Amino acid sequence: MAAGSTYTPIETQTASGSVSVITFSSIPATYTDLELVMAAQNSDNYCVMRLNGDSSGLYSRTTLIGNGTSATSGQASNNTSWFPSNGSSTVIANDIIQIMNYSNTTTFKTALTRMNQSFDATYAAVWLYRSTSAISSISLTSPTGNWITGSTFTLYGIAAA
Amino acid sequence: MLNIISGTLSSGTPPAVPNSYESIATVTVGSGGSSTVSFTSIPSTYKHLQVRGIVATTASGSTDSNYMITSANNDTNTSNYYTHYINGNGSSAASGGNNAYGGALYSGVAPKTNNTNMFGGLVIDILDYSNTSKNKTFRTLTGADLNNTNGILYFSSAVYLNTAAITSLTFSIAYIGDLARYSSFALYGIKGA
Repeated sequence: MAAGSTYTPIETQTASGSVSVITFSSIPATYTDLELVMAAQNSDNYCVMRLNGDSSGLYSRTTLIGNGTSATSGQASNNTSWFPSNGSSTVIANDIIQIMNYSNTTTFKTALTRMNQSFDATYAAVWLYRSTSAISSISLTSPTGNWITGSTFTLYGIAAA
Repeated sequence: MLNIISGTLSSGTPPAVPNSYESIATVTVGSGGSSTVSFTSIPSTYKHLQVRGIVATTASGSTDSNYMITSANNDTNTSNYYTHYINGNGSSAASGGNNAYGGALYSGVAPKTNNTNMFGGLVIDILDYSNTSKNKTFRTLTGADLNNTNGILYFSSAVYLNTAAITSLTFSIAYIGDLARYSSFALYGIKGA
């Protein structure tokens, strides 16, 4: 069996000032999976996440949500983006988004997510992006305002043997 | 990296540093599919194991009916495993448990009904796998969205009632069908202090 150190930080971005869009571009294809860790806030409690600048209806999701009272599940098809939850204007939240086999050009892309809005609910989801293109860029847009200063976004690469 | 932003952003590429997360082996299913995928001779030099991958089955049907099993050390004795889960199938959430299978059981396998390019994702953590004083625990986060209401998001924990160190893992479809072409499993080791 081969062995090699991996789980490599690719880039960290920290919002400061009037920043509405965070973009990771020129993502190298040298890893197998990507993990995006967000500790972020805006006034919308969610953001618009797109891959390769694609705003066509190739995105979908199945979610599991616990709000402190009950657990529910939902599904949405043919969306124009993925929608990570994030913190409100007063409370930060953490998301971990795992994009599996992102550089594979044979399969559609699946992501597994855990999103923690401690003020509201806890979320998990499986996301689908129906494109076989390798993912080379990720954008995270705050819909109606800016990212609150101090919001952090770190992208890791995980390389299989 | 090129940052396309509408304001001030601090960014940078962190320096490469040695870490405790290592790739051990990867198996990708070839044409024709495969009934099982196995990792054997897993070294005992790590503290925890993690398996990451994408998976589809050659069988048709909703994702709800397509489950996987992971067994340890070629042990498929049903009395040695018990799984609890919570899942969301796009319309409701559910929880339950079972011990009817010879391995840790979980869903999130994409069937071939919808599109041959669709695959579920899986991340499985196996804690303290080489400790010979404890039973072993599998923790899973798996799921498949199919751009329709047949997807599933699945959390589970499974106990393996055996204190032997885990030296092999075998993955298979629980009900009908084989692992489809391009299904891929990557095994990683996480070191302890």
